[in-house]
Amino acid sequence: MSASEKYVAAAYLVVFVAVLAWVAIIATKLARLEREAGELTELARRRADERSEEREKVSA
Amino acid sequence: MLAVSTVVLAATALALVFFYAPIDADQGLSQKIFYIHVPIALTAYACFAWGAAKAFIHLWKRTPGADLESYSAIHQGVIFGALTLVTGSIWARISWGHWWSWSSNQLVTFLILFLFYSAYFMLRYSVEAGPARANMCAVYALFGVVLIPISWLSIRIANDYIHPTVFTTNGPQMSGSMFLAFCVSWAALLCLAGTMYRVELAGKRLDSSLRELRELLA
Repeated sequence: MSASEKYVAAAYLVVFVAVLAWVAIIATKLARLEREAGELTELARRRADERSEEREKVSA
Repeated sequence: MLAVSTVVLAATALALVFFYAPIDADQGLSQKIFYIHVPIALTAYACFAWGAAKAFIHLWKRTPGADLESYSAIHQGVIFGALTLVTGSIWARISWGHWWSWSSNQLVTFLILFLFYSAYFMLRYSVEAGPARANMCAVYALFGVVLIPISWLSIRIANDYIHPTVFTTNGPQMSGSMFLAFCVSWAALLCLAGTMYRVELAGKRLDSSLRELRELLA
């Protein structure tokens, strides 16, 4: 492999690795958001259950 | 759709660069870096300009979300700016024999532009979120956009012979096949930047909605 070939490969590889790193970071962030959304859904569900229980008590 | 366009254009660009565009008589194979370095630099300029335009919209019309859009565009600009500097340094090493040249106005003004927008994040994260931060960041983003034409024109004004000038008043100084490969590469990188911008913006909007929801449920 000549010096020119090495430098050309390095330039294209740097861009490819940067895009790959960005994809990895975004994937991690999306996983965190998914987890947070799940937690909030669970919290909202619990609140709704508590509210319906309270309503049942009041009606009883 | 944008992501699919990016993949198709990137594959086409690579095929054109390595199998269609001829090897430069003067620089040889190392000139192939041109097809990635220059489109990345132009994409970085486009991202900064888009960020400034969104900042202007925020200040003028107070459009909700314009601040976040400006921030995302500037973030993309900084990513592409860093890649411009790295690919440019690699090209400089093979062409000039050294990684950097302080005597080149084009290089120095681009570095200033890059550092200016990198400092944008320092400003953003040192001020508490709210309308005041959005206004400050918008003004800062608008100031930075002035550096784009300076960076672009510096090489032409100062007769910089170190950094090559490909686009002159007589048009692009390259063959038709080289220009085609360059245009497809640039289109691919613009689509890539657009995809990254939209994905990142969607993530930030979702993050902000979840934070609001958490506060409401707390």
